[in-house]
Amino acid sequence: MTGFVLRRLAAGGGLLVAVSFLIFSLLHLAPGSPLTSLLGGQDASDEQIAALVREYRLDEPFLVQYGSWLARAVQLDFGRSILSHTSALARIGEFAPVSAQLAALTLVITVLVGIPLGMAAGLRRGRAADRLTSFAAVVGMSSPPFATGVLLIYVFGVGLGAPVFGAGGAGLDRLRHLILPAVALSIVLIAIVVRQTRAAVLDTCRQDHVVFGHARGLRISRILTRYVLRNSALPIVNTVGILVIQLAAGTVLVESVFSLPGIGTLMVNSVEAKDMPVIQALGMLIAVVVVLTNLLVDLVSIMIDPRLRLGVRTSP
Amino acid sequence: MTIGVNPPPAKPDTLRKRPSPLRFALPALLAVVALLAVFGAELAPQDPDAQNPALGAGPPGPGHPLGTDVLGRDVLSRLIVGTFPAVAGPVCVAIGVLVAGTLLGLLGGYHGGRIDAVIARGADILYSMPALLVAIVVIGTVGGGYLLTIGLLIVLTLPGTVRLIRSATLSQARLPYVDAARAMGVRPGWILGRHILPNIMPTVVATFLLEFTTALVSFSALSFLGLGVAPGAADWGTMLADGQELIFENPMMSLTPALLIVLTAVGATLVGDRLYDRATLATEAR
Repeated sequence: MTGFVLRRLAAGGGLLVAVSFLIFSLLHLAPGSPLTSLLGGQDASDEQIAALVREYRLDEPFLVQYGSWLARAVQLDFGRSILSHTSALARIGEFAPVSAQLAALTLVITVLVGIPLGMAAGLRRGRAADRLTSFAAVVGMSSPPFATGVLLIYVFGVGLGAPVFGAGGAGLDRLRHLILPAVALSIVLIAIVVRQTRAAVLDTCRQDHVVFGHARGLRISRILTRYVLRNSALPIVNTVGILVIQLAAGTVLVESVFSLPGIGTLMVNSVEAKDMPVIQALGMLIAVVVVLTNLLVDLVSIMIDPRLRLGVRTSP
Repeated sequence: MTIGVNPPPAKPDTLRKRPSPLRFALPALLAVVALLAVFGAELAPQDPDAQNPALGAGPPGPGHPLGTDVLGRDVLSRLIVGTFPAVAGPVCVAIGVLVAGTLLGLLGGYHGGRIDAVIARGADILYSMPALLVAIVVIGTVGGGYLLTIGLLIVLTLPGTVRLIRSATLSQARLPYVDAARAMGVRPGWILGRHILPNIMPTVVATFLLEFTTALVSFSALSFLGLGVAPGAADWGTMLADGQELIFENPMMSLTPALLIVLTAVGATLVGDRLYDRATLATEAR
């Protein structure tokens, strides 16, 4: 168990180092010299330039620069934002709450709709309800969040006059403003969850212990929760990694459609303004989230199915 | 209504009395999209770049079936001309992924050992990356055009195909005919190309349309954010982004490209699924 966790941790750490190297290289790959990128096209005094050269060790070899950048990145120091002149991390902190609320709302909708719908479809295999759900899942997976977002804006904003742009105030007003973006974002996620749950339930229902439970005359509800759902849990948990990736990518698009001041908007704005410190900080943040999610998925998987502790990964 | 825990086996498609209308509608839709992409410039009713600032953005009306954009340009014509950039890139990505993914998958699945370990680990790492975000950051900072977008998306969407082809190859490589060919002294390249490849063709065909769908969605997402295509060019994603600001003046300008993207993606997925089913049935019957 400990060995398993350590191996996973080491793999995650190695991946983060590799990603950090690529993210640092962006500074040198961007058109113009790293110095002009960091100055953001603004005029600077000789002292400011000297300070930047010292801070980023621009007069030293590439690998030394990377080393010093990594050392500061580990201490969460990514430099100052070119747009706001505050630290890159503080700028992310400004934009993070809206994205966190949006993500939470989206995940709630996804789980509440996706898992029951997938189970229902799996249990009614081949019937009209199943075929309709499976078809809807294909449509959902092929619908990018910005396309569904525009449709929702048209129906609710233009048609019904609901608030569709911006994040609104606090509390209930915020919820009212976030519900449409969350729906737009959750459609793709629900489609993924429905497909996985349906496949997992189909697989479990064929197994002997479910047939036997049925034969013993157990109540359907008990068979469903205790036998089917529990044994279908592993493949469903394994999709969480994919869900988080889809969620991160979708957030950028949905925030852009609904003009929400979140991480996605920050990312698009920073990329447009070539605000390298913020881009690099965001890149590392996303990489850490992805690595931690995968680690968590692995841990939960071995809690559900202890056989995996032997190091045999059954997930695809 | 009672729910049996043991569901009745699904009826095979062939037993259904009436073929679903989608069976003809979706391939027809894809054909129309392909026609628009190839002959867009000839089919557009008006000059897609002709401006009429006095007219401005307006709802559908005579002469402009889908209305006009903020510069008074005809939305229908721009939509038709915009088909090419919206579809050509994804087609290139799908072809690139197909070729590279099949080669790597065949190589890894057949040879095993160290080559396979490198390919499989590489695919795992790429697979855990949020492709769209990587594309946004790289294209946004390095400043790439259409070609870089195609190249980057090929690399980022490669792992799914590599995995599929690799596992298909693995299951074929265990079969006796491969051993027989090897025992006869057939070269590995020949075994892969003439013996294994035809047997995994159904998988290859189905992944092609799937990768096209993924690429279509990614491409339009990038151009929606103003990346990958030249600003001001007619393209579905760009029109969607521009039209979204004009949703009260001319909703058609954002709704029609959104609908076209979704319909094309759904069509390609469903046709891909059907081709796959048919191809697997054909191989099994052989």
